[in-house]
Parts: sequence; C-alpha cells; structure tokens
Amino acid sequence: MYTHNGDRFFVVDGHVHFWDASPENWVPGQEQYAKGWIECFHAYMGLAPEETHWPIEKFQKYSEEDFVKDVFEDGYVDFAIFQSTYLREWYRDGFNTLEANEKLVEKYPDRLIANGRFDPREGDAGMRQLEEDAKRYGLKGVKLYTAEWYQGSRGWSLKDAESQRFLEKCQELGITNIHVHKGPTIWPLDKDAFDVSDVDHVATNFPELNFVVEHVGLPRIEDFCFMATQEPNVYAGLAVAIGGLMHARPRFFAKVMGELLFWVGEDKMLFASDYAIWEPKWQVEGFVDWTYPPGDEFSDYPPLDVAGKKKILGLNAAKLYGIDVPEELRLPDEAGTPAAQEDAQLVSDQA
Amino acid sequence: MTTRARVLEALGEVHDPELDEPITSLRFVTSCEVTPGGDVDVLLRLPTPQCAPNFAYLMAADARDAVRRLPGVRRVGVRLEDHYTGREINDALARGEGFAGAFPGETDDDRLGSLRELFRRKALVARQARLCEAMLARGETPEQVTAHRVADLPDGRDTRRCLELRADLGIAHDRRAPAFVLPGGDPVAAGELGRWLRSARLVRTSLDVNGGICRSLLEIRHDLAPDPEEVAP
Repeated sequence: MYTHNGDRFFVVDGHVHFWDASPENWVPGQEQYAKGWIECFHAYMGLAPEETHWPIEKFQKYSEEDFVKDVFEDGYVDFAIFQSTYLREWYRDGFNTLEANEKLVEKYPDRLIANGRFDPREGDAGMRQLEEDAKRYGLKGVKLYTAEWYQGSRGWSLKDAESQRFLEKCQELGITNIHVHKGPTIWPLDKDAFDVSDVDHVATNFPELNFVVEHVGLPRIEDFCFMATQEPNVYAGLAVAIGGLMHARPRFFAKVMGELLFWVGEDKMLFASDYAIWEPKWQVEGFVDWTYPPGDEFSDYPPLDVAGKKKILGLNAAKLYGIDVPEELRLPDEAGTPAAQEDAQLVSDQA
Repeated sequence: MTTRARVLEALGEVHDPELDEPITSLRFVTSCEVTPGGDVDVLLRLPTPQCAPNFAYLMAADARDAVRRLPGVRRVGVRLEDHYTGREINDALARGEGFAGAFPGETDDDRLGSLRELFRRKALVARQARLCEAMLARGETPEQVTAHRVADLPDGRDTRRCLELRADLGIAHDRRAPAFVLPGGDPVAAGELGRWLRSARLVRTSLDVNGGICRSLLEIRHDLAPDPEEVAP
C-alpha cells in the first residue's frame, strides 16, 4: 500500500520477474544470445532514475531478499503477478519458469500469483501440461508469446483453430486472464510481430476471457488503441510504458497516458513495473504524483484523478484476479466502458 | 563537395522505415570511410542487438543502394555492427541478396514490400497530423484546412517527406492534389477532420515515442551525450 497526501493506494503489480540470467545458466554454444538478451534488458534499466540502476552482475541474478525488499518492502506492492518466460534455448533452467516462480509463491501465497503459459503448437501434450499446471497451481492467468519459434514454425496466431481449442480449455479451467506479449521479439520474422488483430478476433469470440495486451502494444500503440476501444474485455498492461517513459521521456509519457485514457479508459489500464527491469518504488511514487505537463498539446486529453489512479494502480487488476481489497482501500463500484468506441469505428473504416 | 560529404548527404535521405526519421539524425551511422579511389565503407549501429531483423535489413540495404547511386563511388560496403543477426544480414548484403537471402527458408518476402508499405502509410498519416495541427493552431477552420491543395503546404521537412511518401505509395501529389489524404489516398472531408486528426495524432505519438525510446537506448548502449531532441525533426 502506498499513502500520499492522505490518499491510500492498493498496489497490484501486474508484471514482475524473478529470473536467473547468470553465466552459470547460459546454454553452452548460445552464450552470446543469453548475454545479449540480459544486456539488452539492462540497457532498458538505464531509462530509470540513476539512483535505481544496478550493476550488471546483480541484474543477471538477484536474490530472493532483493525481490522481497524491492517489491514488497520498498515498492509498496500489495500483490504481484509473475509472468513466466522460458527462453530455454538460451538459459539452461529457463529464464524465469513457472516452476521457479511457484517456489516464491509458496513462501508468499498472500502476496504473489504466478501465471502459466501455453503454446498451441505443442498439441495434445501441451494441453495436458496446461491442465496439470492449472490443477497443481490453480492458474488464473497465462502469458502468451505469439512470435516465438517452435520446430520450424515462425510464430502463431490466436486466430488459429488450435489456439481456440486452448482458449476454450482456459475457460473451462477458470483461467480467465490471457496476457499476450505484443512487444519486442528476438527472432527474425517475415511478418510484423506486433500485429494485434488476432487479439481483436478472440476477444470477440471469448467474451468471458480478459485479454491483457502487455506493453500496450508498444511500438504499435496506435493499433492497440484502435482495437482495445472496441473490445470491452481488452486491457492495457502498462509495463514498459511507465518504466520506459515516465522518467526518461516525460512529455511522451504524458501523450501515451493521454491517448490511453482517451481510447482505452482508466477502467482498463493495469499498472506493472516489469521488475527487475525497473523497481516499482519510483514508478508508484511518480505515477501517483503524475499530471500532464503544461501545454496546449495536452489540453484535450481526459484528466486522471486520485480515483482513476487507484484503479490503475491496483483496483482494476484486483478485480480481474479476484484479489480481496481491504474495505477502506476500495472505491464505490462503477461500470466501466471503453472510452471512445464511436471514434474507433471511424478509424477502423479509414485505416 | 567531397565524395564523403556526398555519401553522408545520401545517407541522410535513408529513413528508418519504422520511425520515418533519417538514420543520420538517429545516430545509427557509426562510421563512414571513403578511399581516394571511391571505395566506401559504412558501419551502422542500432539501439539494441535485438532490434527487428527485417527493419535492420531494410536500413542497411537502403543505405547501400543510396550510396551506390552516387557518381564517383566504386565499391560500397555496408555493415551492421553488434546485432544478433548481423552476420546473416551482412553476408546477404555482401552477396547482393535480399532479406530471404539472409534467412533462407524463413521468409518469402524478399523485398519486405508489404511491411514497408504499411509503415509508409503510417508515416504519411503521422506527418500530416503535424501539418494539420499547425494550421488549426493558426485559427483555420476545418473547411479551410481540407480545402487546401498540395501547393498551399508550407515549405519544410514535413511537407517534403509527405510528398515523397505519397509518390512512393502511388498517391497523387501534384500541386493541385488535396493537401490532406486518408491512408488510401482519398481526400479528408471537412466533417471528418476532427476524428481523422484524433487518430492521426495517435499515430504521430506512436512514432515519436518509439523514436524516443530508440534514442535513449542508443545513448545508453554507446555512452553518447544525450540527444536533447525529444520531438522528431
């Protein structure tokens, strides 16, 4: 919980990692990729205030104590959600697998949730694994990487028939939160890896599932906004948007916030730090303090008040994950609707 | 003008297809060496080793083609440094092959034509947003703005680039053509200007934000002095 000027904020961090990218975990022969990947993440940390930067050695592998201190103690986070990332081609035991994340969840069951994953190209074996994971860990969400390579396939689409089978299974298993990574990818591609049209398609077909587009589709935020405004069950995951811009490019951050508030709306935006790329502390403090800079270019964006910040920082995600929020930290219930449905219709006609 | 100066000028016309900004102002050109005999070697760098290979290939190939067109240039070598698919891309460039040559069996789109076209349309929308906003800020009405012809557009980078993009996309760009067009080429109507601008501004913001992140990451990676330019030129 974060308290500021007498206002109290319940904080759900929708995207955290507990990874091991130390040289001991690099796959022999793939060292350059394993090293390049974590160094690239480390460069992103450079977008944060300087006093929060870590040396690369700590960044490659941080301790459980670091995690607990940075996220729970200093970071104001009441509840954090792990998004598992495997990358077994480069990291022997995986980068941060569901199994590794679950070890921490066991110790902090009332503060942590770990999401699983599936890949429709794994067929029946993948389906069984998903069922097992769901049963064993009580999964409420999955994180999907549609641009990943697998046995000669160059990525997959949520529109594929096999994907629909997995989504049906998710619905049956009570896995209601489908986080989709639409952001930078690491393999050569002959198509645009950020294309969000497949999310559009399944969001319509599976109205009972929630689709959280991670990194708000950056660097294709326009395609994401035009889509999200038409789909009541599509959410904006703010990881990278806050960490990557709020400090380094404040005027651009204000525009991104303004556009998201206009097209998607404060009821469907979810705070996320992307720890350990960025620590949550400065992001929570900065976000609660945030307001548009002076200037005409921001004058027609929707305002964001304390209630809106409470929703984005935690209440929206608490609703999606059934997290119990203490009475005194809640807001009176209100219905959420996409911000600009009519406008989006026009845009999609023109584009 | 020396050959090297002409080479740098030509590189200034090569755009990052995703950001619609010259690779020179993005500081993607690490070095440019020209021998007295006219052999040219250009080294390019990107913000991260994981930048998308398709866009990386396009920039390197465009740079090579732009330099090759210059008189007095004999051999042209363009290399991408410190990229995780740099070897594949550099080898394909050296062999004079397209994107499919760099990644055989992994793509059918040798010239990346459809990807390039998609981003040209986005770039055109984004450039027009800035021109249109400036006119409205001067107090023009939507009727006045949408009545403008190409000839009425102000001299400057945005106008020049808009017309280049329109030419590339096969959209009319003669002096009497409408100043503001939809991505498909039809003129923007006065009644829809507000909504059109709302979405065009979002595309503009998207490009600016991506450019900002790229600039920041490049500065961090190569320990460069901060680029004060928050908004693209």
